[in-house]
Amino acid sequence: MNYGSLDLNTVWFCLVGVLFTGYVILDGFDLGVGVIHLFAAKKDEDRRVFINAIGPVWDGNEVWLVTGGGALFAAFPAVYATVFSGFYLAFMALLCALIFRAVAIEFRSKHPSPRWRAFWDGGFALGSGVSALLIGVAMGNIAWGIPLDARGEFAGSFLGMLHPYALMMGVTTVALFAMHGSIYLLLKTEGEIQARVRRWVNPLIIAFILCYVIVTLATLLYVPHVTAAFRSEPWFFVVAVAVVLAIANIPREINVGKEFYAFLSSCAAMFGLMVIFGIGSFPNLVFSNPNPELSLTAFNASSSQKTLGIMLTIALIGVPVVIAYTASVYWIFRGKVKLDKTSY
Amino acid sequence: MSVLLLSRLQFALTITFHYLYPPLSIGLGILLVVIEALWLITRNPLYHQMARYWTKVFALTFAIGVATGIVMEFEFGTNWATYSRYVGDVFGSALAAEGIFAFFLESGFLAVLLFGWDKVGPKMHFFSTCMVALGAHFSAVWIVVANSWMQTPAGFHIVGTGLNARAEVTDFWAMVFNPSSMQRLSHTLSGAWQAGAWLMVSVGAWYLLRRRHREFALASVRIGLAFALFASLLTLLTGHKSAEGVAKNQPEKLAAFEGLYVTRTHAPLTLFGWVDAKNEKTHGYAIPGLLSWLAHGKTSAKVTGLNETAPADRPPVNFTFQLFHLMVAVGFTMIGLALWAVWALWRGSLERSRVLLWLMTFAVLGPQIANQAGWWAAEVGRQPWIVYHLLKTSAALSAVVTANEVVASMVMFSLVYMLLFAVFVFLLNDKIQHGPDDSDLNPAGKWALGFGLKSKGAK
Repeated sequence: MNYGSLDLNTVWFCLVGVLFTGYVILDGFDLGVGVIHLFAAKKDEDRRVFINAIGPVWDGNEVWLVTGGGALFAAFPAVYATVFSGFYLAFMALLCALIFRAVAIEFRSKHPSPRWRAFWDGGFALGSGVSALLIGVAMGNIAWGIPLDARGEFAGSFLGMLHPYALMMGVTTVALFAMHGSIYLLLKTEGEIQARVRRWVNPLIIAFILCYVIVTLATLLYVPHVTAAFRSEPWFFVVAVAVVLAIANIPREINVGKEFYAFLSSCAAMFGLMVIFGIGSFPNLVFSNPNPELSLTAFNASSSQKTLGIMLTIALIGVPVVIAYTASVYWIFRGKVKLDKTSY
Repeated sequence: MSVLLLSRLQFALTITFHYLYPPLSIGLGILLVVIEALWLITRNPLYHQMARYWTKVFALTFAIGVATGIVMEFEFGTNWATYSRYVGDVFGSALAAEGIFAFFLESGFLAVLLFGWDKVGPKMHFFSTCMVALGAHFSAVWIVVANSWMQTPAGFHIVGTGLNARAEVTDFWAMVFNPSSMQRLSHTLSGAWQAGAWLMVSVGAWYLLRRRHREFALASVRIGLAFALFASLLTLLTGHKSAEGVAKNQPEKLAAFEGLYVTRTHAPLTLFGWVDAKNEKTHGYAIPGLLSWLAHGKTSAKVTGLNETAPADRPPVNFTFQLFHLMVAVGFTMIGLALWAVWALWRGSLERSRVLLWLMTFAVLGPQIANQAGWWAAEVGRQPWIVYHLLKTSAALSAVVTANEVVASMVMFSLVYMLLFAVFVFLLNDKIQHGPDDSDLNPAGKWALGFGLKSKGAK
């Protein structure tokens, strides 16, 4: 297919962004449920309700990450190669955490022994928490910039990636996912369990807002290249305001018992945060710090125009279908969790 | 050990472990469609019970397949960054297509397959089962296309030189339908069908040995065996077509498969033996002219030997030879066993023949061994190339990853995968010992009520 003068590089910058945004919004609540699983759930039945709240959907949610990775490989191979080889150990730890999480969900309730269940409960919580932390640390490093050499290869070290800004971003991500997950659980639970979850929502919102303020201040002070776009186009600031309004809307909706709108608000806030991240980064996919001229951008790290065009055709055919049946699955499994014999 | 060797070992470890599961999902996926269709048509509650039981086994294999599959998606970037830059334009698009067309389809409808029994009607559930099976097959399509492009690259051109060289797509469909992709896809799928079919046969045969769940066991053996026989014969046919393709497109790989050092007419086929790579000799029991006939259709045809390839550019010959012969031997054994079992079933003597039932119980290992050996032969036989005649494996590594890092990740994967495997075997055994649920013989909810005709009274 011929897309004429369409700027395919920018389109793919946005599309890869959409896939990763889909991932953090969707798997974000799965990981968040995992993070609070050990604390907010008391009895075995509570834990089963928590796991079954994400039971039918976590698998599909994780596919957004896999497809995002595939799209990055196809559209920006240089970025895929540099980031995953550069973040080698961090990434292996993330894979390990994700495997553990997946398997813990699958296997926890397959055997009645309390020790078996306690082991997998630990695996589920730890796997989810470590995944969220590492995703945040990785995003922190992408925002802060990593050292690259002239060939676009990572020139830093593993410990060099654990600087305070990246760690703060990691903690913020954990808080964000935990908040998002607790709101999702409100939607899927009822009665006593819901009351228990409800006690966690406001503290988590506050924790996230505190982290968000600190990260924003740190970004303004120490990461000027991310804020440059906002200085040159002040109306982008509207997005930042919208994020704050969306978060402020969450407790309001919960108080009037509209959990679904609270959840939508939380999704909207996360979408806004990813938009801010995208605007701040564009056109850089991997910012080189120091030596910004070596950065990998949507233009110097992309595949050929032909491939970007083919991929766009694939995306235009595939993504609407994916969204349609993903929505149907969420529709089929709407409503409160009821444990039955097919449950986890 | 060098980073190269470590990275290859890690890839071999992760892909071999991963590939235990997708063939089961692909094969069982088809069987689930068949069983659920039988239930919809006949309304025999036995098929409902079977669908429920085999869905649980399917869920188990699927879960580990997904969990270990994520590793594969990113391992190209972590360990093979230079390769990723080189092939991203081509290989990446096939991988991304797999994500969009296959993974979403599988995982989305899997939710309905596993948890939707009481939430949707039987027809919608059947549709979901079909979509999961279709997704599993799409997944095989795209990943085999990507891998086949590494075997027989087509539809691309090379841009840049030296370290900046990379392959770019010039013709997408020529890339997808590269010379080996359809032959290899059909062979991979028929092997995968065998894996699922023999699992079903194996469990059924074991129940017959233990004299448990007789009706269920006989139905599982019948359906599984019919599919196993079909798939094993198809594997022979597609395997033959694949080998003809290898003879044409990758002659030195075929020469390594058969340990043929010198180009010649009337080339013999070594049934079993070993290769003395130092003296370039192959010992064993050989049938004259058969290789020429199989590869090119005439006993007088000329078959290319390894002497036409510089020693440095040859794959490890004995290793490739043994892997290939192992695959072929197991493949024929499965055909023989399937025929024997079908004959016994036909004669009504199956339940009395404990030897046969024991063989059928262990037959679940056969397709797994053959599938793994076949893939190892295909991948080792392509060495020293990662992309055939374009990029050497040794030049494809990540420049920044150190040996210690790979050791660390390999230790991690080994531990995690051992744990996973132990848990998988434990749970599968648990499932098999527990057997089918008798309550599933009385389908409840929407499934009990004549397919929506009287659905108003449903729960």
